[in-house]
This record gives sequence, structure tokens and C-alpha cells, in this order.
Amino acid sequence: MNETLSALAYLAASVCFIQALRGLSSPTSAVRGNRLGIAGMTIAVMTTLLQPGVFDYGSIFVAVLIGGSIGAVVAYKIEMTALPQLVAAFHSLVGLAAVFVAAAAFYAPEAFGIGARGAIHASSLVEMAIGVAVGAITFTGSIIAFGKLQGLISGAPVMLPNRHAINLGLGGALILAVLWLALGQSAIAFWLIVILALALGVLIIVPIGGADMPVVISMLNSYSGWAAAGIGFTLSNPLLIITGALVGSSGAILSYIMCKGMNRSFASVILGGFGGETTAAAAGAGDRTVKQAAADDAAFVMGQAASVVIVPGYGMAVAQAQHALREMADLLKKRGVKVRYAIHPVAGRMPGHMNVLLAEANVPYEEVLELDEINRDFPSTDVSFVIGANDITNPAAKEDPKSPIYGMPILDVARSGTVLFVKRSLASGYAGIDNSLFYKDNTMMLFGDAKKMCEQIVKALEHAG
Amino acid sequence: MDGISAVQLAQATAAAAAVPEGAHATPFLALFTIFVLAVFLGYYVIWSVTPALHSPLMSVTNAISSVIIVGALLAVGPLGFTFAKAMGFLAVILASINIVGGFIVTQRMLGMFKRRT
Repeated sequence: MNETLSALAYLAASVCFIQALRGLSSPTSAVRGNRLGIAGMTIAVMTTLLQPGVFDYGSIFVAVLIGGSIGAVVAYKIEMTALPQLVAAFHSLVGLAAVFVAAAAFYAPEAFGIGARGAIHASSLVEMAIGVAVGAITFTGSIIAFGKLQGLISGAPVMLPNRHAINLGLGGALILAVLWLALGQSAIAFWLIVILALALGVLIIVPIGGADMPVVISMLNSYSGWAAAGIGFTLSNPLLIITGALVGSSGAILSYIMCKGMNRSFASVILGGFGGETTAAAAGAGDRTVKQAAADDAAFVMGQAASVVIVPGYGMAVAQAQHALREMADLLKKRGVKVRYAIHPVAGRMPGHMNVLLAEANVPYEEVLELDEINRDFPSTDVSFVIGANDITNPAAKEDPKSPIYGMPILDVARSGTVLFVKRSLASGYAGIDNSLFYKDNTMMLFGDAKKMCEQIVKALEHAG
Repeated sequence: MDGISAVQLAQATAAAAAVPEGAHATPFLALFTIFVLAVFLGYYVIWSVTPALHSPLMSVTNAISSVIIVGALLAVGPLGFTFAKAMGFLAVILASINIVGGFIVTQRMLGMFKRRT
């Protein structure tokens, strides 16, 4: 395939990828968008296979077969509740693949047309170094994020003494190693960059607490894009550069949205430490009482209501309660109750997590509303049903300037007629902050597993007829 | 960093910033232009994505960023065994996991979003 034709094919693939992202503006166009994404990837791979210098189709076939089978099995088997972990794991693979591609380019530059071994163009070396460093940071960072999400390592922030000094030192050493590589073509410098960046990836993510995972996972999404763009510069391939830039800005925008959803600055998330301290928890909770209710009471209250808003959180995902919840909503709708769902931007462990779980349970997406669409409706709502969420409903974010979450936008459930709060215990939320909502007069606590509670309410509603 | 003079350092920096020597590559500035424009394009396209589809957005961006398989394929391409080829082989496996897995999981998610019936 000649150069002009290849360039045009790569351009076509880029356009497909742009369309794939554009399609996500609505659920109806998204499916077509995804197919265009697949088409774009097919064009990109086919075009590359037809390049002069690509002969060994046997090895390629084996590698694609191994990788493709693993990917297909994992993607078909994964539970939707485990999506955040899956995405983190996928990010780590992009990062590692970028490291391997850069290593291949370093040891066999002639295959990529960027010079000969030991005489690679300095500019290509710098680009390669950036690609490999971002790739390595993405790899270990995502592994740590995966471990935290999967519960393999504690979600609590790990605060090393002098960690900022250590990170700065590593960063400085990384820049020196990049210069060394550019000037000396040294293989030692190349691997030194890899090792430094791997260490940096661990150290950047380890101090970030579990509550900030939606930001972390978006940030790593962004990094994986920049890594691809870095490799694109090394190989002078516009397709990789365009795709990397698209993915990079996508992750950056998601990080921004998540930060805004928590009223935190990006810097304070990166510096870490939030979401593990339990100091504020249970403080002064002893002298206040909560109203406890049973499933029957909840069924009665909701059955009498004209409108119910359901506020799901990560607890719903953990308990796999989405199907039972939808059953409950269906019964309420049959009785003429208006049921809607309110989604906070940072509900769950990744952007859009709750929407996917509700969609999995066949909740029509017109009933699922975002924070700014539903918040003004709470005063006219009879019952708010909070299931597995906590911090995103905490009035302290509006009322208590001393609270760590002060200023965070919340779902105003306190303004609805009655608040039903499904919770396993009175324990504080992920941010480790007590919720004054529990003690309000119009709040009824439903203690128990989210799924079992929904099932009991369903039974009670069926009995009541 | 032994034996590296300030002059060499300046040369390397200049070389990194300037157009790469040789006619093999598209000039750096042209690629950089593409990059910056693509960042802006991404900015506007991503803001139009509905928040309900942010999870599929993450999984599909994950799949398409594995387009670095292009580089991996070029490394596996030549006949005979080298270290670079082994690296490329591993990269093709990893990128394939992502591409196939990413697109399938996205398709699965999108298939769940239904209208009211």
C-alpha cells in the first residue's frame, strides 16, 4: 500500500473515531457510533498490515487471537457492577502496550523509519521518552486503582512521609533521564525512564482515597490517551496523535466534571489524602436518635405517595440491588405513583456508573435524571428513596462550612416530604463524614442489605394489593 | 550525565523542538498542529456527550486508544526473531485485549439503554 493511500486510510479511521465519540450524545446514536469505532479500528489495522515491511502475518495472527479471545471472554463475562475495575485494568494494558511499543521502536527504529539503532533522531527519542514515561505511569497507576476498586488493597489513602519531595525528586530524575536518552541513545537511560515512571505511577495514585476514585479513573483514562499520542509523535503517525488527543481530552473533561461534582480542585485530588479519615464520623451521634422503619412502613409510605424520587449510590451496586429496585418501582408505577431516578455526577465509582446499572435493570433512560434536572423538584416530591448513597445527600455540604465536603453540590432530598434511607448501619459514608439527614424528623432509616430491603418492600406492596 | 556539555544539551533541545532531519517524517510542526487541533476537537465533541453515557465513553475511548496496535504491528512485521519483535508481540496481545474487550463491553452497555416501552 503506498504512502498516500495509507495516509488517507488512517484519516478515514480518525474520522470514524471522532464519529464514535460524537454518537455518544444520545443513547440512540451511540450504537451506530460504536460500530463506526469498530470500523475505524479495522481500517487502521488492515492498513498497517499492508505496509511494506510487514511480513510475519503468522505471529500477528497468533498475538491478535490470544489477545482478542481474552478480551472477548472478559468483556462478555464481566458483571456491570465491576465496570470500574474493568476499565482500570484496561487502562493499565494501554499503558503497558505503549511501553512495549516504545521499547520496540528503540531497539528496531528502522522498522518505524525513525533512524537506525544507536542513531535515532533526537526528536524521536524525546517523543519516545514522553510516550514511554506516560505509558509506564498509566500502567502502575491503573494497577493501584484496580487494586483499590477490587478491594485487593485498602481504599484508604497511603501517606508516605515526604511524599511530595519524593515525587518531585522522581520527576526531576525522570527529566534528566530523558535528556540522557536524547543525547546518548543509551539503553540504560531508556530503562531508567521506565523504572522511574513505574515508581511515579504507584506514588501518584497510592495517596488518593477511595472517594476520589471517579476522578482517578478519569485521569488515568486521560493519561492513556496522552501515552498513545506520545507514541504517535514517535512514529509520526497522525492517526495515533488524533486518537490520543481525543482520548486525552475526554479523560481530562471527565476528571473536571467529577472534581466539580465534589467541589474539589484537581490539585487537591492529586495531592491526595481525602476519603479515608474517619475523624468526623459518629462524633456527637450518640445523643441523637434516628427513626427506624421496616419494609412494610416503606411500602405503605411510598404506596400512598404521588411522586417518588430514587437516589441510588455505590451501595446499590455493591448489593446488586438494581433489579429488585426496578421491580419495586414498577409496582409503584402500577399504583399510579410517579417514579423517577436522580443521579449525582459522582455517584458510584466511575462516571455514569449508576446510569449503566439502571439501564441493565431495564429502567427507561427518560426516567433517569441528572442533578440539575431534578434538584428543583425535591420540594414537590413526596418521598425520596435513598439507596446506597450517603455523602451526595448530606446537607452538611450546604450548611456546615467546617465540613470537608462543604460546597459540594448535593441532591436536595431533605426538602422532600419524607426521606427513606436504606443503609446497612449508621456508619459514615466513603468520605468519612456523619450525615445529619439521618436524624431529621422526616427521615426514616431502613437498616439492612439494599437488595433484601427492596425485595421485602416488593413483597409488602404485592400483599397490599 | 558525564561528559555532556552545555552546547550538546542546547543542540539536543533545539533538535527536539525543530523539524526532524531527513525526509522520512512529517515535520514535527505539522504533527503538533494536528495534535493541538485534535485536542480542541475532542474538547467540543466530549462536552456534547450526555452524562448518562459517561461509562460507555470511558470504555470506548479505552478501546480506541489501543490504536497504538498500529505501532505494535509494525514491530512484529519483520521476519526473524529480535527483542523488538518480542516487545511488539506482547504489545499486540495487550492492545487486542483492549480493542476487542473495550468495544464489546461498550456494545453491551449501550444495548441496555432503552426507551420507555
